Order: sequence, then C-alpha cells, then structure tokens
Amino acid sequence: MSASVAAPPARVLVTKIGLDGHDRGSRIVASYLRDAGMEVIYTPPWQSIDSVVNMAVQEDIEVIGLSSLATDHLVVPELMQRLRSAGLGEIGVIVGGIVPDSEHPMLLEAGVSNIFGPGATREEIIACVADLAANTRSVRGTDQESD
Amino acid sequence: MSRDPLQLVLPGFEQELADWRGRYQAQIGEDPVVRNRSGIEIRPLYTPDDWTGNRYLEDLGFPGKPPFTRGVYPTMHRGRRWSQRQLIGLGTPEDYNARVKCLLDSGGSAISLIPCNSVFRGVDCDEVSSSLLGTCGTVVNTVSHMDACLDGVAIAEISTALNDPSPFTLFAFLLGIAKQRDIPWTRIAGTSNQSDYISHFVANHMFYRLSLPGSRRVLLDHIEFCQQQVPSWNAVSVVGQHMQQAGATPAQAMAFAICTAIQYADDCIARGMDAETVLRRFTFFFDISISFFEEVAKFRAGRRLWARIVRDRFGVNDPRAMRFRFHAQTSGVDLTRQQPANNIARITLQALAGIFGGLQSMHTDGYDEAISCPTIESAKIAMATQNILRDEAHLCDVIDPLGGSYYLETLTDQIEAEIEDLIKPIDAAGGMYNAVESGLVQGIIGQSALAFQERIESGRQKVVGVNCYKDDLEDVEPSPYRPDPIAMERLVADFLRHKEQRSKRGTRVTLDELARAASSKSENIFAAVVESAAAGATHGEIVACLRAELGFGDPLIVP
Repeated sequence: MSASVAAPPARVLVTKIGLDGHDRGSRIVASYLRDAGMEVIYTPPWQSIDSVVNMAVQEDIEVIGLSSLATDHLVVPELMQRLRSAGLGEIGVIVGGIVPDSEHPMLLEAGVSNIFGPGATREEIIACVADLAANTRSVRGTDQESD
Repeated sequence: MSRDPLQLVLPGFEQELADWRGRYQAQIGEDPVVRNRSGIEIRPLYTPDDWTGNRYLEDLGFPGKPPFTRGVYPTMHRGRRWSQRQLIGLGTPEDYNARVKCLLDSGGSAISLIPCNSVFRGVDCDEVSSSLLGTCGTVVNTVSHMDACLDGVAIAEISTALNDPSPFTLFAFLLGIAKQRDIPWTRIAGTSNQSDYISHFVANHMFYRLSLPGSRRVLLDHIEFCQQQVPSWNAVSVVGQHMQQAGATPAQAMAFAICTAIQYADDCIARGMDAETVLRRFTFFFDISISFFEEVAKFRAGRRLWARIVRDRFGVNDPRAMRFRFHAQTSGVDLTRQQPANNIARITLQALAGIFGGLQSMHTDGYDEAISCPTIESAKIAMATQNILRDEAHLCDVIDPLGGSYYLETLTDQIEAEIEDLIKPIDAAGGMYNAVESGLVQGIIGQSALAFQERIESGRQKVVGVNCYKDDLEDVEPSPYRPDPIAMERLVADFLRHKEQRSKRGTRVTLDELARAASSKSENIFAAVVESAAAGATHGEIVACLRAELGFGDPLIVP
C-alpha cells in the first residue's frame, strides 16, 4: 500500500490463570483493547499454564494480559518460565488487578513487563500494550509484513 | 395522581411549590441531570406532590405483615439485632478456627465459612499449586478439616453459613461432625450461602464444578434433602450480590435475584414439592453499595415485590413464605486500593444503608479487602464497626426510620417499577435458567460494568483517592494476608496421609453408590454425598464422581 506502513493491530491474549473466576476486570480491559483496534483473544478464567502457552503459539500472540484478583498472580512466575522454555520469551506479559506492592518485585524479576493496579487508566494500558506488541514484532522480525 | 385531595388538605401547597421552584431555578445555575446507579433520574426535592402516603396500607403497611415494605418482623432490629456474621475464610482449618473464635469474642453472633478457591474449583489441596492454598479461603477437603474448623464451636447453638456451591460437600462435612458430636441434624441451623448456581454462572465468580443441568438437579436434591432431614437449614440463598459485584446496577441485581428465586421455586414445584414449604426457607444475599438511598430503596422495593410475587405467581398466602429475609455484605467494588483507611468510612455508610434497608444478617468488609483477604486487625475493625452502629448510634431504636420520606418512598416505588420492567424480558426468555444459558443476563451485566467504569474514568462518578483527592505520599499499603507456607505444607502432607489411612474399601463403596444414584436420574443424590463424606471421601473425589455423571460446566463467555 502506501509508504507509511500502518502497523498491524497488536495481537493480545487476555486471560486468567489459577483458581479464581472474577472476570469483571478482564472483560473491561478486553473491551478497551478491542475498542482501541487491537486483536483481542479473550478466554474464560481458570486457564492452565499449558493452555496459555499453547494459545500464545497458535494465535501468534504478541502480548499476554493476565488478570488477577485473588492471588493468582502468585503462579505467574511459573508461566513466565514456561513461556521462555517454549521459546516465547519475546512476548510481553502484563498483569492487572490486585497485586500488593510487596509482591511486585517477584513478578518484575520473573520478567513481567508491567503491573496495572486499581486506578490504572485505559490510556496507560493501551499505550503499554501497543509498545509491547511493537517490541515483540521487532524481535520476531518483519518478514510477516511483506505481503 | 389526583391533585385535588392535596389541595384540600394543604391549601396553598401548589403555590408554595411553584414559588420554591422559581427560587431554586434562579439560584442553582447549571443543573445537570442527576441519575443514580440504576439510571433513575433524581430530582432536587421530593414533597407530597411526589408521594402522598394515600396508599399506605397497600404499599407499606406494618412491619411483620405483607407486603413487608417496612420489615419482615414486627419488632425488627429493636427486638432482635441483625446477625453479625462476618465471612471468614483463610489458611488452614486451624487458622480459621482461631479467627472464628476471635470474632465471636468480639461481637459476632453467627458464623460463616469461605473455602479456598481450590474448593470452589472442585479440587483437593494436593491438586493445585501450594502457593494458592488458603490465600482467599480455608482449605476444607474432609470431615476432619471441618471438625478442626469448628473445634470448640457450639454448632447446635449458632447459625452457620457455608459458602458452599453445588454439590454442597461442606454441608455434608458439617453433618458429618454433627453426627460425630451426637447432635441431631434437626438442631443444625444455617444457610447454604452459595447454593445459587445461576448467580455463579452469571458472575463467573468462582467455579464451574458441574454442568448447568447437573447443578440444577443437585440443588433440587439438596433442597429436598434439607426439607426432610435438616429442616432448620436454608438450602436456598439467592445471591444478588454476585450480580452486583459483577457490574449489575442495584435495580438489576435485585431483579435478577428475584428472577432466580422464581426459577428455583418453579423448579421445586415442577418436582412436586410444596410451594409454601419451599418458599418459607428461601433466603437472599445482597451487596450494599455506597449509593445510600438507592440501596435502602432497593431492599424495601425487593421486599415488597417479592411478597407480591409469592402471592400472585405462586398463589401462596402464608406470610412466612412471603418474607424476604436477607443477608447483606458491604460492597467490595466500592473499596479502593488507594488510601485504604478511607474504606472504613465507606463500609460504615454501606452498612448504614443495609441496616436502614432492614437486613437480617450482615458482613462488613475489612478495609484492606481491595488488597487481600482481611488481616486480623482489619477484621476486628470491621466487627467493631457493626458494634458501634448497633450499640452506640441509636440506629435500632426505630423500625424503618426512613420510611415516609418523600424521597425514599418515591425512589422505592421507582425501583420497584424498574425491577418489574427488568423481569419482563427474563420472563419472555422463558425464565432465568434460559436467560443465563443464552447469555442474555451476562450481556446486560457486562454493559453495566463497562458503563460504570467509564463514569469513573471520565470523573462523572467521583471516587476519593482514585479520580480526585489523590495523594500518593499518604498511600501506604497495608501488608496483605498470606498463609504460613509451612503450615500449608503440613496440611497437604496430613491430607495425603488421610487418603492412605482411611478405609479404602469404605470410601470406594460409598463413592460407587454416589455414582449410581447420580446416573439413576431420578434418585436424590444427597444422602450419598453425606455418606461418602462420612466414609472419608474428599471434596475433590465427590466432585469428580459427580462430574463424571453429570458433566462439567463450561463457562459461557459473552462478548
């Protein structure tokens, strides 16, 4: 098309792992991202870590947004480990919901890019996801954009 | 709406009203439309022009008589204070026991038990990552866990609410310890606080342990079993709270709860149960948001409408079956992670709305519940909040003290009308079960959740510390509750030992019997659930057995 190539929409997986099913937050964030023009793959709660890794591969995911209300963020480091072993370390992962300050370092050290707590705005979240998607795409190379 | 009587009783009223209106408009300047959370337009002043009281006997009447607008009992809180029933769920059974005893010593008059999310998911403690055990509820997988939870608690004397969704294993464990303690089941009183599977499917809250049809059958089995064997147990608690926490407006939450109650009553009647007997044990469970007058009106309107529905839809005229008894919980959605101590003020206001709304039982949140399960410090403040409201503030002196307010009575009428409007499409869809299966209800709630969030983000709905009066320096987060990992490891080890040491044959025989009862389609499975639990079967085993027979529920996602 034109010389100024519009970036394709970010491909984002919005999901919940662990044991809790409160999905008000994840549904709202999924709507925000969809309204911002992103390709959102939304799942029900209670995904296993395996299924998240599989979806990330099958859906060519660039960013994973995990919602946690009731301490499920405590198993996110395990997911990060598994993504890396599956060769998906370039995927940006963000966590949203209730994560106590004292547990932020654990997630950041495990490779989570950003944590959005209560009060985070739509704009901040969208900007972060767009950046992470661009980053994933640049790591993966530009060969998919040639058509 | 005839004006003439008003002019006769209050000569000059019209003129004075017009005069005030003129002065109001001259002074107010910009006067944007105000709407409450249910979308009802709120005017600046209410007078006898809005509500005259000329339908007092039909619409309000007296406490303890239909339509119960002013309360379900003749004496209400003046005669009997509400049950101070804090939701409790944390750590190991021993942690739970210590917390329960502490809260009973601090003013609690009834108890509740929230199990760990692993229990809600239908699995045992050895099947999940140990880091998630006990963070938001107590690990209860066996009769002996329940025994430890309630060690030293007089279960025949106190009302127990179990947050125990289908297939009600916690209830089976409770009956197991009653037997061990030689307490007849007829003396066990309380509520299956999460028996409302429809609300779980709607709000996606915690579990999909059994399929929708499977859950429907098991609830009916549970109701029937309780009627016959545990007559003081409220087998049905309809949870409007889940709907409101998921985003429903107060009017929507009340409407959907009433539709759910209608569905359960219809199902019981279709099975051949007696409507009057069934309805006498129905209870409800609601959220109390900080939209103060709206919440008071919601409870009064729901109470009145339910009495009318019981009479008109079910043809039941026994006042005991028309009573809209409810537990309510201060809303977690209104609490903020920012400046968390402010939540104490929010919780107090919410609780006040619940008390003026005429509740029978209340949970006040801990101020740190936007961060974690309450710590002991915040749980004690939450209990003290109830004590202060009950004992210091003279709130219990008068029954339905806001009744007769022009505003509140108008709002009660408007919310009742709104609830009736919301019930119509659910009726048209064939009732709540169908409306949930098709996603209709979830779609409505999702829209409301999004609209509310947009009001907060745009600043139209102010939230102190979130979109105004922000103060990052003051924003110190309380430490979250986390269970002791060593105690949790020990619990899992003990659990594995229990599975080794129990009579394997006894457990297998009872679980086989449960599977057979479930596959029979017509047999009541609940006796077999109780037998399996008593024989040492675990929560996860009972759920797995029923899942194999009745199917596993898949969450329905509504875009």
